[in-house]
Amino acid sequence: MAIEVVTGNHAAGYALSVAAEANRVGRGAACGIYPITPQTEIVEFVARFPFTKGRVIAVESEHSAMGVSIGAAMAGARAFTASSSNGLAYMTENIMVAGYYRLPIVLAAVNRTLGPPWNIWADQGDTLYLRDFPMIQLYCETNQEVLDSTVLAFRLAEDSRILLPVMVIMDAFILSHTQMETDLPEQDLVDRFLPPLNLPHQLRFERPTTVGGLTWPRETLSQRLEIDEAMERVAAAYEEHRAAFEKIFGRDPGGAISAFETEDAEAVLIASGTIASTAREVVRNRRARGEKIGMVKMKMFRPLPGEALLDAMPRATKIGVLDRDYAAGVGGVWWHDLRAAMQGRRDGVLMQDYLTGVCGGDVTPAMLEEVIDDLLDRRSAGKPVWKGIDR
Amino acid sequence: MNVTLETQDPITCCDECLVRPGNTNCGGCGMSVGLIMLDRALKSAGQKCQLVIPACCGIVTAGGYPTTGYSVPVLASTFAASPAFASGVAAVRDLNDEPHQVICWAGDGGTYDIGMAALSAAAERNEHIIYICYDNEIYGNTGGQRSSATPPGARTTTTPVGKQERKKDIMAIMAAHRIPYAATLSIAHPEDFARKLDTALHLEGFRFLLIHSPCPTGWKSEPAESIELVRLAVGSGLFPVYEVLDGWKYRITIKPNGADPLEYYRRQNRFPAAAMDADAVRAEVAGASARLARLAEVFPAG
Ligand SMILES: Cc1ncc(C[n+]2csc(CCOP(=O)(O)OP(=O)(O)O)c2C)c(N)n1
Ligand code: SF4
Ligand SMILES: [Mg+2]
Repeated sequence: MAIEVVTGNHAAGYALSVAAEANRVGRGAACGIYPITPQTEIVEFVARFPFTKGRVIAVESEHSAMGVSIGAAMAGARAFTASSSNGLAYMTENIMVAGYYRLPIVLAAVNRTLGPPWNIWADQGDTLYLRDFPMIQLYCETNQEVLDSTVLAFRLAEDSRILLPVMVIMDAFILSHTQMETDLPEQDLVDRFLPPLNLPHQLRFERPTTVGGLTWPRETLSQRLEIDEAMERVAAAYEEHRAAFEKIFGRDPGGAISAFETEDAEAVLIASGTIASTAREVVRNRRARGEKIGMVKMKMFRPLPGEALLDAMPRATKIGVLDRDYAAGVGGVWWHDLRAAMQGRRDGVLMQDYLTGVCGGDVTPAMLEEVIDDLLDRRSAGKPVWKGIDR
Repeated sequence: MNVTLETQDPITCCDECLVRPGNTNCGGCGMSVGLIMLDRALKSAGQKCQLVIPACCGIVTAGGYPTTGYSVPVLASTFAASPAFASGVAAVRDLNDEPHQVICWAGDGGTYDIGMAALSAAAERNEHIIYICYDNEIYGNTGGQRSSATPPGARTTTTPVGKQERKKDIMAIMAAHRIPYAATLSIAHPEDFARKLDTALHLEGFRFLLIHSPCPTGWKSEPAESIELVRLAVGSGLFPVYEVLDGWKYRITIKPNGADPLEYYRRQNRFPAAAMDADAVRAEVAGASARLARLAEVFPAG
């Protein structure tokens, strides 16, 4: 193992490459790539990597980048790609194909504000908007978590009980371009963690089917139901692979959620991505002042770990959701989804949305102090509160 | 665990033919003939193929899941992306030293219009795939709208008075990519058709084949006349039958026989008679034929 000081993009590029290289004993690796700020270094890393049995195809668009990866996965190779913001939007038609075709493609995504206007800074709207497609979504807080989650993503995606694409996500610049100490695992460890891919529905001459042709409502419905069943198996499968990861790499890649001081907390903040680091520090300080506050970091957004979240905060009466995203006409996506998860289970809980750092603004400790003050003062939840701007 | 994409057995009736009897193609469809010709060429070359088919009539040919009208593995792609999907499939084939062909089977909409960028990129990368466009000069699948392959004068549901613009010269575009092989094929000339398929099957790199594919449903023509119609298109010079090697060496393989292009138009109800300017049509065809003949003379293929 080698601890190096690298950017989030480097960590993601490294993880994608060594994970793909591990399939050299299988049908190899192939993918399509296309650049966009702030993920470009990921695809550049991959393009430089000396694969033993792999081909990286620099195509003309994100739509084709995912198209190449779909073809490669369907032919039995380990496949992946990376994108961000408008690139993800342009790729969307094929992202849904990857999911509906049950292909274990890993998509590294860097959260950047969707344009127009032209804004390259962090905002989760570009990945959250893919919420309705069959794809697991994992949000990361550090470069180590980016690396670990990416390697783990392949094993989770390729699990025959799951067979779904996984998107591993980090904040623009705050992680993508910021260097942190990161443990970059040797190839042989990754080889041990990732057995060769064996896709059950690989294109084969012995069993010629037409994949994706006209399918009647009932048969399509049964395919959708299988996706739902696979999604329901993710939580348990994730825990298995997390334990296996820890055994081989000697590090916990992190749970679907991570609770901090929530057992007796009456007020809880919910955060994801790098905002979780700031929120944890602010909560730690308020705790030191004797306030019964906790926080939960959400790593997994799809499938939404609603049960686990409820179990993690048994005494919470007030929840503040930090959304670095804005869904027009609704408010925060996390808030919207988590409220639905609470429905009928914890109806009395006050759940307030705070739009923090939307469009790439800084989320400072002072801002989160204000959020906590507001949450503690509240008697009822209201409309989403916009932070960082006066209305 | 049960992934229906994989575990359902396809219902099959005939493993001998690439495209099976009982498929949903209209009577008189040029695509059916093209697929049968492709099947024969593969067999005589002793080769196998996997097909990548974007949204078009050709994917409807497969029929409803879990049946499949094709006896080879088929991957349905998004409308714009068949060359990208095929590039991925072909890359993995090559990494594993497998000999089969990866063939895109796409309509004119997927080729001239929405798929242009992905097609151009795959050609520029000289991917080892065969791209076959069956050009019926219309969006057949969606009920007959214009494409940039629709000829001037043709009535479609989105050109109610007849198309005002020219047909895009896709062969010139593909040749400009300097790909190893680009050729036009007519089902009215099966020997030439078979020879070109065979040539393509024995070359490396990106091979582009354009089939003039009659569509009685879209052309408002008699199904029984399909072959006669495309023969007239060749004879009159409306559909030049030629091949381009390495993007600059030309060979005209079937010469026009002086048939009148107007005869081709008169036999299809998609061309409203009133909108046709006979002299302009004859002049346009003569000009294009002369230009091609000159290219073949100055830059001959072998
Ligand atoms: C992105 C997208 N836009 C539109 C469609 C609808 N669509 C399906 S097939 C088709 C036309 C196909 O025309 P062509 O490629 O000429 O093939 P043909 O149907 O004539 O065989 C269209 C517009 C689609 N499937 N995907
Ligand atoms: S609509 Fe035209 S191209 Fe489509 S199956 Fe019918 S005849 Fe063939
Ligand atoms: Mg067409």
